Amino acid sequence: MSLIIGHARTAAARLLRRSPASILLRRDSPEAPALGRRPVRRMGTARVGESVSTAYEECSDQVLDFPGGKVSFIPEMRFLSESLGERIGCYRVLDDNGQTVSGSTFHEVSKEVAMKMYRHMVTLQVMDTILYEAQRQGRISFYVTSTGEEAINIASAAALSNEDLVFPQYREPGVLLWRGFTLQEIANQCFGNKEDYGKGRQMPIHYGSKKLNYFTVSSPIGTQLPQAVGAAYSLKMDGKNACAVTYFGDGGTSQGDFHAALNFAAVMEAPVIFFCRNNGWAISTPTTEQFRSDGVVIRGQAYGIRSIRVDGNDALAVYSAIHAAREMAVGETRPILVEALTYRVGHHSTSDDSTKYRPIDEIEHWKSARDPISRYRKWIQRNGWWCDAAESELRNSVRKELLQAIQVAERVQKPPLEELFKDVYDVVPSNLKEQEKLLLQSVKKHPGDYPADVPV
Amino acid sequence: MGCGASRLEPGEDIPPGLLPFRRRLQELKRSRTEESRRRRRERKDSIVSTTELLRPEERDADDFETTEEEISRAVAEKMTVRDALNSAIDEEMAADPKVFLMGEEVGEYQGAYKVSRGLLDKYGPERVRDTPITEAGFTGIGVGAAYYGLKPVVEFMTFNFSMQAIDQIINSAAKSNYMSGGQISVPIVFRGPNGAAAGVAAQHSHCYAAWYASCPGLKVLSPYSSEDARGMLKAAIRDPDPVIFLENEILYGESFPVSADVLDSNFCLPIGKAMIEREGKHVTITAFSKMVGYALKAAEILSKDGISAEIINLRSIRPLDRDTINASVRKTNRLVTVEEGFPQHGVGAEICAVVVEESFEYLDAPVERIAGADVPMPYAPNLERLAVPQVEDIVRAAKRACYRSVPMAAAA
Repeated sequence: MSLIIGHARTAAARLLRRSPASILLRRDSPEAPALGRRPVRRMGTARVGESVSTAYEECSDQVLDFPGGKVSFIPEMRFLSESLGERIGCYRVLDDNGQTVSGSTFHEVSKEVAMKMYRHMVTLQVMDTILYEAQRQGRISFYVTSTGEEAINIASAAALSNEDLVFPQYREPGVLLWRGFTLQEIANQCFGNKEDYGKGRQMPIHYGSKKLNYFTVSSPIGTQLPQAVGAAYSLKMDGKNACAVTYFGDGGTSQGDFHAALNFAAVMEAPVIFFCRNNGWAISTPTTEQFRSDGVVIRGQAYGIRSIRVDGNDALAVYSAIHAAREMAVGETRPILVEALTYRVGHHSTSDDSTKYRPIDEIEHWKSARDPISRYRKWIQRNGWWCDAAESELRNSVRKELLQAIQVAERVQKPPLEELFKDVYDVVPSNLKEQEKLLLQSVKKHPGDYPADVPV
Repeated sequence: MGCGASRLEPGEDIPPGLLPFRRRLQELKRSRTEESRRRRRERKDSIVSTTELLRPEERDADDFETTEEEISRAVAEKMTVRDALNSAIDEEMAADPKVFLMGEEVGEYQGAYKVSRGLLDKYGPERVRDTPITEAGFTGIGVGAAYYGLKPVVEFMTFNFSMQAIDQIINSAAKSNYMSGGQISVPIVFRGPNGAAAGVAAQHSHCYAAWYASCPGLKVLSPYSSEDARGMLKAAIRDPDPVIFLENEILYGESFPVSADVLDSNFCLPIGKAMIEREGKHVTITAFSKMVGYALKAAEILSKDGISAEIINLRSIRPLDRDTINASVRKTNRLVTVEEGFPQHGVGAEICAVVVEESFEYLDAPVERIAGADVPMPYAPNLERLAVPQVEDIVRAAKRACYRSVPMAAAA
C-alpha cells in the first residue's frame, strides 16, 4: 500500500486515473528508474531544464505564486458570472449597403484581388445552384451547398498563402476554387469518375487535392481539428513559413476533438487558425441548443488562444481578420481562433429540408437582406470596378463552363475494377491481389451478374 | 549498445526462445557442410588439395553437433522486451529526423512502462512530446502530423484507452490513403500494452488484436520476444501505412536472447510473416504475444507425452500469414489456436476460417480454439486466472486434437 500512496504523492494528480497500471509498472519492472531521479513537477508549465523552484521562494499573504502566474488572494467569495453581460462584439468593415464603416480598420485589398474574390464568390454560388439541381435530378447522390457562406469561403482563402494547409469540413469548396481547382475537377469528384483524384471512392463534395494543400474532406464532425494541429506542428518543426487552417461549424464545437485541438494547439504553440463558421444551425439544432456560452469566440480565451469574432457575411472583414490571424499564427507560432457569424441559407445537405424546423422568413431574410455577395458587389460597384453587364456575363460564362464540365464528367469512364483494391495500403498486399483475381474471374464468368460500366 | 543486454552465461539453460537459433545454426552448418563436401569433391581432381587451404570454418564443418559455446556466440546477449522496444525507437529516431514519439507521460516520466527511457534527454521535448490527456486529441494530432510528412510513434498508456481515439484511428488513419486516392499516406505507429496484465481488471486487460485486425488499411503487429519487438517495431516505423503495434505489459520485463544480427541497427523483420518457434509434426498451435510463451511451455509438456507440437508465433495479425499456417496444418493435420482475447470473431476464429477454406481436407480433428473467457476481465485474482488461457488449457486442447485426452496407458 505504501507504494501506492508514495506513487500518488509523487506523480501528478492526473496520473491517478491510471494508477492501477502505474502501480503494476513498479511491481513488474524492478529496473525502472526511481521517480526521484528527475525533479518531479506537480503541475508544471516550465520547459525541460528550467527551474521550477523559484515559484516557491517568495511567500506572501496577498499573492499566491502558482504555475501559470501570480494569483491574488481576495476576501470576498466571488463566483465568476456565467456570461460577460454584453456579448463580444463582431468585427465588421462593410455595412449592409456595402459602405465601409467609418473608423473601421482593415487590410487594403488591391483591385485585382478584390475582383478575383468577387468572381470566385459568384462562381461558388452558381456552382452550388447547378450541382444542387444535378442532385435533385438524380445525376449525383448527394450535395452540400455553401450558400450564404461565400464570403467566408473566398475571403478567407484570399487572405491565406497557397502554402498554408487547409483541413476543411465540407462547406468550404470555395477555398479550393480560389487555389485553382477547376469546375471540371469539381465535377469529376461529384460524379466519381476515373479522373477524380479520389478515384471515385468518396461521396460527392469530399474533395481533396494534395497539390493545392487541401486535405480530403472527412465526414465525421471535428476530426480535422486535431489533425490540423498535428500538421501545424509539422510545419513548426520544419520551420516552414506557413500555417494550418481548419474550418468547422458551430455544431462541431461540441465535439471532444474541438476541445482537444484547441488545448493542444495552445500547449504546443502550433501555428494553426481555427475558423468556426457559426451559421446558426447544425442540421436542425440551433446554436441555443448547442451551447450556452457567448458563441465560440469566448472559448478561445479559456484555452489561452487569441480570438476574434467577425461578420462572416462581410468579405472585407473576413479577409482582414484572416490576414491578421495568419500573420500572428506564422510570425509568433501560435494558434488563433476566428468565429465568423453567418447563416446557412441552404439546407444542411440534399438529405435535409430545413423549412421543417426553421421559419422561411428567417431564411429569406438572410438570403436577401444579408447576402454576402450582394453586399460585396455594392462595394466594388461603388469603387467603379463592376457593372451589371459584367455581372451577367460572368454568371453566364460560369454556368456554361459548369454545364460543359458536368457533361464531360458524366461521359468520362468510371474507375476501373483494379482501383477497388489500390491504396488500401501503400503496396497492394497478397490477400487483396487474390481478391482482385477472384473478382475478375467471377466477372468474366458471370458478366450478367455485374455492372457493365466497370472497366476490367 | 548499452540497453542492459547481458551475455548468456556458458552452461546456462537454453530458454525455449533460443531453440530457433539452435535450429538456424544447425541449418546453416548443414548447408555449409554440403558446400564444403562439394568443394572437396571438386578438389580431389585437382593437384593441390590440402586441408590447409580450406578456410577454418570448413575444416571442422563435418561436426554436426552445435556446442553451447557456439550458441552463446551466435546469441551473444540477452535483452528485455522493454529494451528491445526502446532501442528500436531510439535507432529509428536517430536514423530519420521525421520520426517522433508522442503520448501521455512519454517524456519526463519516460513512459508509463519506461519504454521511452532516456529518449527525452537524447532527442529533446520537440521529438519526445508529452501531451495533455486526450486520446482523441493526440491521436488526431499524430494523424495530422503523418498526413503532412512526419512519422509519429503514438504511445497509448494501454490500448484500452485507444478506444477514446477510435474514430481518428479507423475513420482517418486507416481510410485516408484510400479515400484520397493515394494522395495522403499516413505513416504512423500506434503502440502500447495490449491484453491482460495482472490485477488490472476490465479496462486495462482487453485484447484489441481482433478489433484492429478487422479493419482494412491498418497493419496489426504483436511481438512476443525481444527479437520480435525490435525487428517489428523498426519495420512498423519504416512502413508507409498506419501500424497498430500491440505490446504486452508482462513481457516488457522479460529477457530473451538476441543474436548480433538482431542487435544490428539495420535489423528489421518483414510485416506479414509468421515465425515457427518450434517445429513439430502432430499438432499446430498458433499464438501471438504472451501466449507464444505459454504455447512453447505447453509444447514442452506435450513432448513428454510423445506429442510433437509445432508452435507458430503469428507476429503479424494483419496481414495474416495464411501460407505458414496452412502449410503447417497440412503437415500436422491438427490445429489449436490460442489468444487472450475473446472467442467470438477473434483471431482464432479467423485462423479457423482460413484453414477450413484452404486446408479442410487435411484436417484430422476439429479445430480447437483457446481464448479468453467471454466476459470483461474480473479483478479478483482467482477469477482473473480463470478468465485467461493457461498452459494446461493448451495442453488439454492439443491432446484432444490428437485424440489423446485419455492417458496413453489407458488407451493402450
